[in-house]
Amino acid sequence: MSGASPTAARRPARGAPSTPDTEARSAAAWQALARVEDPELPALSIVELGIVRFAEVRPDGVLGVGLTPTYTGCPATEHIESLVRDALEAAGLGPFAVTRVLSPAWSSDWITAEGRRKLAEYGIVPPPPAASWGRRVSPAPIACPRCSSTRTECTSQFGSTPCKALHRCRDCLEPFECFKCI
Amino acid sequence: MSGAAVTAEPSGMAALGSTPPLCRYALRLGDLALILGQRLGEWVGHAPVLEEDLGLANIALDLIGQARLLLTYAGEVEDRGRSEDDLAFLREQGEYLNPTLVEQPNGDFGETIVRQVLIDAFQLTLYERLTSSADERIAEVAAKAVKETRYHLRYSSSWLVRLGDGTPESRARVQSSLQRLWRYTAELFEEDDLDREMAARGIAPRLAEVRSAWSACIDEILVEATLERPPDAPYSWFGKRGEHGEHLGYILTEMQYLPRAYPGARW
Repeated sequence: MSGASPTAARRPARGAPSTPDTEARSAAAWQALARVEDPELPALSIVELGIVRFAEVRPDGVLGVGLTPTYTGCPATEHIESLVRDALEAAGLGPFAVTRVLSPAWSSDWITAEGRRKLAEYGIVPPPPAASWGRRVSPAPIACPRCSSTRTECTSQFGSTPCKALHRCRDCLEPFECFKCI
Repeated sequence: MSGAAVTAEPSGMAALGSTPPLCRYALRLGDLALILGQRLGEWVGHAPVLEEDLGLANIALDLIGQARLLLTYAGEVEDRGRSEDDLAFLREQGEYLNPTLVEQPNGDFGETIVRQVLIDAFQLTLYERLTSSADERIAEVAAKAVKETRYHLRYSSSWLVRLGDGTPESRARVQSSLQRLWRYTAELFEEDDLDREMAARGIAPRLAEVRSAWSACIDEILVEATLERPPDAPYSWFGKRGEHGEHLGYILTEMQYLPRAYPGARW
């Protein structure tokens, strides 16, 4: 328990008046952020994971970047924040401020289409839509990423990182991971 | 041992008097998550199988995450420069405001699951209402935590159903754990001055409302698990006012040893 103060950052009131310069800085920031990989899911950028809430130039000229943690206890949160600072520094985009945004809370539905495709390619089943889950387990059958069989079962609702659950295919017998859906 | 005066209250409780009410409320929420997270952490390396080891550790991690946000906020409201770490590791026993239920020992896996269902359902029904708190920070933390808690309850309730509706041995064990732990649930809904003040300011819901939602949720799970709901105890514990049972001291001893022996240690 220590490190960056996890303040519930507010969204900056209003971005600076849109000029070619501020727009270019914001676009360059998004490009730099799109190159930051999730440390635990190297297939995915943090933009594809849906945790970058905004990157915009504030009236005081500071580039504000807002990040939403996937889980409150995710140990990667602070590491990701430092990777973001390094990336913005390296891109030479002038003064910036990285803030943590708690609300609205991150949802697995925010993973982009491209992110979902990369997850599947990496062998991790992308999350089903969050609304489809009740107190009981997922109603929709989850397809095995290797043989596509839907004869699969959940062996653990938790996995190697806070964002994944463990499943097993009853046809090809391989275990696989599925992104938790919240 | 020659007739020394017995102190009237555990050390630290006196310090609470001057603490702002909102800070004390954030501590109640945060300490619940902190102490339960620490308790669940005791299972790491000891759970019946690897999957449950991962499950309990992941829930513990979410709870510690919630505790960090809430203790940080409590420190800001208190405005005496105390960080989340100072509050987590350097308070006296009487300053911890968690309900007595979460400090109860893990027991066997079934007892841990019973405790978890009781508290997951409480956190869920409370957080659902706190998402519309008049306090913006509390509302934001609740909005985040409610999703995690829903997932925790899915895990704990599915296990309770499996154990309750399982073998005669598993059913008997979780039924007796339920009997043992039920007496600590009254405290969760016992409104005191702080709860009433928070409700009056629109920061927290009325606990009677939380109790009926919790009760409905628990009844549904118990029916599915073929377990009997124990009768309510006629008295209450008050860990949430800093009056703890015998178990918290042992938890704090373990939690606080390192930060007290090596002040400011980092790793």
